[in-house]
Amino acid sequence: MEPQLQQALINRLLAVADDELILGHRNAEWTGHAPILEEDIALANIAQDELGHAVLLYGIVADLGGDDADTLAMFRDADAFRNVQLVELPKGDWAFTMVRQFLYDAYELALHQRLRESAFRPIADASAKILQEEIYHLRHSHAWVERLGLGTSESNRRMQAALDTLWPYVGQLFVESADAEILVKADYFPALASVQAHWEQIVIPHLEASGLVVPDTAPIDAPRTVHTAHLDALLADMQLVARSDPEATW
Amino acid sequence: MINDLSAETIYNALNEVMDPEIPVVSLVEMGIIRHVAVKDSAVTVTMTPTFSGCPALIEMQTLIRDKVRELGADNVHVETAIAPPWSSDWITDEGRRKLKQFGLAPPQAHGGNVVMTFFDPVACPRCDGTDTTLKNSFGSTLCRAIWYCNSCQDAFEQFKSL
Ligand SMILES: [Zn+2]
Repeated sequence: MEPQLQQALINRLLAVADDELILGHRNAEWTGHAPILEEDIALANIAQDELGHAVLLYGIVADLGGDDADTLAMFRDADAFRNVQLVELPKGDWAFTMVRQFLYDAYELALHQRLRESAFRPIADASAKILQEEIYHLRHSHAWVERLGLGTSESNRRMQAALDTLWPYVGQLFVESADAEILVKADYFPALASVQAHWEQIVIPHLEASGLVVPDTAPIDAPRTVHTAHLDALLADMQLVARSDPEATW
Repeated sequence: MINDLSAETIYNALNEVMDPEIPVVSLVEMGIIRHVAVKDSAVTVTMTPTFSGCPALIEMQTLIRDKVRELGADNVHVETAIAPPWSSDWITDEGRRKLKQFGLAPPQAHGGNVVMTFFDPVACPRCDGTDTTLKNSFGSTLCRAIWYCNSCQDAFEQFKSL
């Protein structure tokens, strides 16, 4: 593989994997704190699935000559992460977590339906696996958007507030990186405009049917290498144990 | 001894290795063991994990390796293949029977389209009744969902269709 293409592929895989890892960590923060026991279990399951997806994708990075999954997750600083700011924002209230999860689950489904056809076989294989699990995630968050959007005036107010806050951050998922063209040309990754079109088909009718107003705010203008201070705090927590004894075996 | 060891013998022995999360069903019955190859005294077992974040993966690899070594092979490789992705349709009839006996409703067959199962009722493993309601798509492990049987008036777990 051309070095330029390989580097673009590694960067893009890290972007997708980092989104999974960071959101998985945020969801795990609900363990022991969710509003009902069944949701405590559901969020723990979803977090675990997302970590599984991150491991699959980091594995591809390692096979391309990058670091292994543990090193990538536990020994990089914030400025080396390529996740969108959407997933690093604090978990907020239950409405915030469910709106974010719905917007992200729909993105993941739309993205991996295209990646399943990737000309780079390891990605196509991983995406087929990820899709199997993702359908359960989307069904879960889809139901919560409806339940809370059409629930009480208070639940609707919180959902709308969450949606208004999150909308500009979601846009970052669909902003192409500078090296995207080479990946699209190789048929390794889809053009994000096509993913966004599919995502809108899933998201917009459901938000509207759930009594929510779709904002028209512009996406934040930041590359995936720029982060909020929330990511530093998250990494300090997530990486603490691994970094306190890097030689430990488990 | 290794010279007498056939892939078939190894496969049959692996039918004694139980799924760590469901200790009554073997890895063969679960459809997790995909392939056994013996070449020049090296044994390669190919397995496919059920869920990508399955915490029992390393445990399963260890159990497989130990079992094959028990048969006298020293050179054992356990490989993980994710393509094609594991399907709950791969669980054998015997595996499904044991799941039910264990109190876990077996997954519905889906032929590759899991969404179709979202509209089917699941039979209660105790009374076989289908007056049941899904309580949670997520359960005590990644592979389980929680249902409620309206006849027994009690909850039960199902192995999820995947
Ligand atoms: Zn019953």
